Amino acid sequence: MSVAVSSDVAVQEKVSYSLWQLALRRFKKNRLGVVGFWILAVMYFLALFAGFFAPYAIETQHVESPLQPPQGIHLVHDGGLRLPFTYPMKIERDPVTFEKKYSEDKTNPQAIRLFVRGETYNLLGIKTDLHLFGIENGKYFPLGTDKLGRCLFSRMIVGSQVSLTVGIIGILISFTIGIIMGGISGYYGGWVDMLIQRLTEVLMSFPRLPILLALSYVIPANWPSTYVYLGIVAVLAFIGWAGLARVVRGLVLSAKSVDYTQAAKALGASDLRIILRHIVPNLTSYLIVTASLAIPGYILGESALSFLGLGVKEPMTSWGILLAEVREGGFGVLTRTPWLLIPGGMIILSVLAFNFFGDALRDAADTQTRN
Amino acid sequence: MLTFLLKRSLSIIPTLLLVSFISFWVIQLQPTSFIDTYLEDPRFSPETVVRLKAQYGLDQPVMVQYFNWLWGIVTRFDLGYSFVNNRPVTSLIGEYLWWTIEVAGLSLIFSWLVAIPLGIFTAVRKNGLVDSVASFFGYIGLAIPDFLLGLLLFSIILGLGGTNVGGLFSNEYIDAPWSWAKFWDHLNHLWPAILVFGLNHIASLQRQMRASLLDVLNQDYVRTARSKGLADRIVIYRHAVRNALNPLISSAGFTLSELVSGTLIGAVVMNLPTLGPFMYNSLLAKDQYVVMSILLLSAFMLMIGNLLADIGLAAVDPRIRYD
Repeated sequence: MSVAVSSDVAVQEKVSYSLWQLALRRFKKNRLGVVGFWILAVMYFLALFAGFFAPYAIETQHVESPLQPPQGIHLVHDGGLRLPFTYPMKIERDPVTFEKKYSEDKTNPQAIRLFVRGETYNLLGIKTDLHLFGIENGKYFPLGTDKLGRCLFSRMIVGSQVSLTVGIIGILISFTIGIIMGGISGYYGGWVDMLIQRLTEVLMSFPRLPILLALSYVIPANWPSTYVYLGIVAVLAFIGWAGLARVVRGLVLSAKSVDYTQAAKALGASDLRIILRHIVPNLTSYLIVTASLAIPGYILGESALSFLGLGVKEPMTSWGILLAEVREGGFGVLTRTPWLLIPGGMIILSVLAFNFFGDALRDAADTQTRN
Repeated sequence: MLTFLLKRSLSIIPTLLLVSFISFWVIQLQPTSFIDTYLEDPRFSPETVVRLKAQYGLDQPVMVQYFNWLWGIVTRFDLGYSFVNNRPVTSLIGEYLWWTIEVAGLSLIFSWLVAIPLGIFTAVRKNGLVDSVASFFGYIGLAIPDFLLGLLLFSIILGLGGTNVGGLFSNEYIDAPWSWAKFWDHLNHLWPAILVFGLNHIASLQRQMRASLLDVLNQDYVRTARSKGLADRIVIYRHAVRNALNPLISSAGFTLSELVSGTLIGAVVMNLPTLGPFMYNSLLAKDQYVVMSILLLSAFMLMIGNLLADIGLAAVDPRIRYD
């Protein structure tokens, strides 16, 4: 008898999950979403410790090797297996066209070493010269160099700091504005509501790109690049909040009219308590999902602006800036210098990952169509 | 319906006024104006610059300038003067508008023609092979910026030995009179652009159509139609698709503004003579009236597009009543 009771309890404990646990379980079932999450985790980790993973500083010009193709990693030299190594590149001139051509110097394998000393950089406030990998004498460019001989891999990793943070900071700003404006508009109504609604309407009347271009051109060209970066984020966020404010207003309006909110009001709860305890919890899942699906827009927006030369400025770098260098080279890029397109692959990968992740979150947060 | 039409059309006017003011104000925020750049040019004396400013009314207070601009638009359809081209903005925009409508319009038609059938097919055969492939490419299509797509496509065309990249005509045909050869050359330049802009649209449109149709297919009346023994084809096309298209009509309102906005950066890369690149170049050249006017025009198109979508929706969906 007592045994039966305890097993009953065990069964009950097994099935009682909180909403968040249920959502997490549903999320984990979506394989693409989990893949997206891990891609993003790796990308942000690389961005955080960019100086360590990058073999060179982004502004160092290796003038002797401009537009060098990527150096492959090899394991076999002269028929014998070795630790990972690379061949240095040497420049030859084509005897007919006099074009510069790189080729691997197969006589001189260079071992790729881990934790090598190189250029000093700033790692989260600590000055250090330790890099994850490199070779001892000579140069190693895993993804080749640009026309000034700067290491593309290093520039891409460091550039991801800009490209990946634009979305996060932009979302924080636009969500703060959007939630406050939408919340006030929905909760208080009246003339404040009217005013805010007109404002969002006007902002939403502009197609995104033209107004983005015009606004980003307002940022003075002689500002330091950190200010320009913040300016770009602010411009992106300024365009982004209006749509959100409208949705938040609608959600607040419906949350305001449900019985438990009315009851709280009748019991004399303060506005703040009603907003924080009864309305905000209704919004959180929606906001999280919307945020993760909105970030790609910021990443694409930043890359587009930087690509057009209206975004982040040198010496800072971002994926958009790296692609702008491709544009200067004309359309022959795919045949002549295809490795310069790799930062574009990073844009696609990060946006894909965010979309996978966001879609999975949306499905996980959806309690209506539970299987 | 008529009163709704009238009310809805009139409601555009106050928004449009605010939009025109913001368009103007954004340009006033720019650090320097075009005439100011004359100051650095040794051929222009400071007196000339002052005279030029007076000639174009740029020495007047900002608000007076704004109302002059607005008055010009309302009374004479005069959008101002392009300092770079030494021509009125209205006629300039007219030239670019034609190519813009051609490129954007054709790519919109292309994307609808591909995306709607694809959306229907993937919804009906949910989780099938085509659905998986389409959803994979859909994700990629949403993730790839159009300028990158343009860059890639042009590189491929060049790599294959083609020369039809950049602009809408080859150099020798730009000023030539229309002929079959010119037309053929034009088509050759047109399709890469249409492909690039179309592909970007198809991804999102197909997803919308699929989601919308799946919603409808779960409705009771679809089950009723099935249970009374109607053929699958009739259930899907007569009952489901017609209703599933409604949400797409309201989002089609955005497509009119896409004429300028959606093709902007891709068109800059592909060097097309459309409004997007025109605005971009004018922005860099500080040609203020052109930028203001294109901003205003693109916002106007968005509003008109939404208005048309509302009317269209009211026309096809008898459930919607406007009183």
